[in-house]
Amino acid sequence: MTALSDIVTKIRSKNAGPFWLTIDIFCGSADAYDTVSNGLDTAVVAQVFGIPVSTLKRFDIKDLNIVKFSLPRPEIQGIRLDRDMHGASFAQILTTLEI
Amino acid sequence: MVKVLIPSGALGLGYDRAALARGITQKPDIIAIDGGSTDSGPHYLGTGTSKYSRNSTKAEWRELMQARAEAGVPLVIGTAGTCGADSAVDWLVDITREIAAETGANLKLAVLKSGQSAADMATAFDAGRITPLPAAPDVDADTFATCTNIVALAGAEQIQAALDTGADIVIAGRTTDTAIISALPLARGCHAGGAWHGAKIGECGALATTSPNSGTILIEFDADGFTMTPMGTEARATPHTVSAHMLYENSDPWILFEPGGHLDVTGATYTALDDRVVRVIGSEWIPSDRYTVKLEGARLAGYQTVSITLVRDPRYVAHIREWCDDIQTKCTAKAKERVDGEFTIELRLIGVDATLGALDTSGKTGTEVGVMGIVTAQTEALSREVAKMLNPYLLHHPLTEQEEMPTFAFPFSPPEMPRGAVHEFCLNHVLTLDNPMDAFHLSVEDIGA
Repeated sequence: MTALSDIVTKIRSKNAGPFWLTIDIFCGSADAYDTVSNGLDTAVVAQVFGIPVSTLKRFDIKDLNIVKFSLPRPEIQGIRLDRDMHGASFAQILTTLEI
Repeated sequence: MVKVLIPSGALGLGYDRAALARGITQKPDIIAIDGGSTDSGPHYLGTGTSKYSRNSTKAEWRELMQARAEAGVPLVIGTAGTCGADSAVDWLVDITREIAAETGANLKLAVLKSGQSAADMATAFDAGRITPLPAAPDVDADTFATCTNIVALAGAEQIQAALDTGADIVIAGRTTDTAIISALPLARGCHAGGAWHGAKIGECGALATTSPNSGTILIEFDADGFTMTPMGTEARATPHTVSAHMLYENSDPWILFEPGGHLDVTGATYTALDDRVVRVIGSEWIPSDRYTVKLEGARLAGYQTVSITLVRDPRYVAHIREWCDDIQTKCTAKAKERVDGEFTIELRLIGVDATLGALDTSGKTGTEVGVMGIVTAQTEALSREVAKMLNPYLLHHPLTEQEEMPTFAFPFSPPEMPRGAVHEFCLNHVLTLDNPMDAFHLSVEDIGA
């Protein structure tokens, strides 16, 4: 088992409009992509974000060696309970996932 | 063929001036730049104001107006003044008039406004013409009246109408990021899929290259697709940098919804023409059977006052959440007895889990913790009043009853920092239009000496 951040080159997260969050995992190589694409369980990702798996969109993009997730923002951007206006920190949640 | 020169990802962000000058020598047909987005939060739409400084905006806009004069082509800005509300458009129009007067230029200015009246939107809602997008908050016909600003996102059709006036400069309110780039290529019959795809790749300027800060890029649109060339000498566009940009701030990497249809890039191919220029073909535009525009609305969410205290005592650091929970309970109870009106008190632990809250499971603390108290209330006065009640707790609250009164570190006097009105986004909906211009207002004026 290895932490996701030790396998891939970069994980970034960002708003996709005020209501959606998107997370791009740049694997950096075909080997790393295969490891992540096969080893990363969508249900586990949904679990760490505390959402039903049905609301998590996943895109495995082999040509770019990227795995992408999109989900409704945990809090709508900028409302009283939102802590991260640009959605930048959510990528950190995935860095320690073991696969 | 239509050449679109994009100076940077947003006016006010800065760019490489040499790259812009190089772009002008390429004889573009139009210069297009984005003026904003929702990414900085609801404050700007809520207040109808710009995020960037007036002086920076004026300095960069003056340079772009000069570049436009040299190229002898239209200059178009979308989402003027960060949010594209009518007042933000007026702000940039005012700056433009000032520059024209100072430089002695005579210009034809087209102004496209995107602001919507609450009454019109309530009527459209009742008529079933406003429908929710995924993750939309609940709204009813009364929601619109609570918004301080509502804007509709213009597409290519409205920008084309503005260009058709023969304007030298087009200042548009809220538009989709892509519309200002795709409008002219579409009007001149370039490949529709290529026009929208190239527009998406170009919307952030040089972000889709190896040197994002260089800013300026040139996109050539034609009958089959588009070719992207960075204007910065160091910047390179590669099939990877270009194709990867479809992911950026986009919840679906293959599909992009726009007024009048959607872009599908599933079949797109990216070819390096040399080590810095990329050609793209095979993108598809699928027209929709009804014409819809997206709506954005922001409303007042209360007034806030914040206070920050720093906790360094190791015993308090070890029990920091307990300490905060106790303060929150006691202060809320006391304030409820002493004030009328709705309010909330929240304490956030800076240095513990302030960024992710409950999603952060690492649970570590450092040697100190910043505690940010946030009071949100229905009036400015109440927010400040409750924050003043919170102060004695943040200053002296003991972890247990049986101990000497502690004192914590405050970086400011007064500790209460009023943030004024706070806003929230409240629409993620589309509005169906019979005619693309129905929700927009276009006017033309001559400005200058």
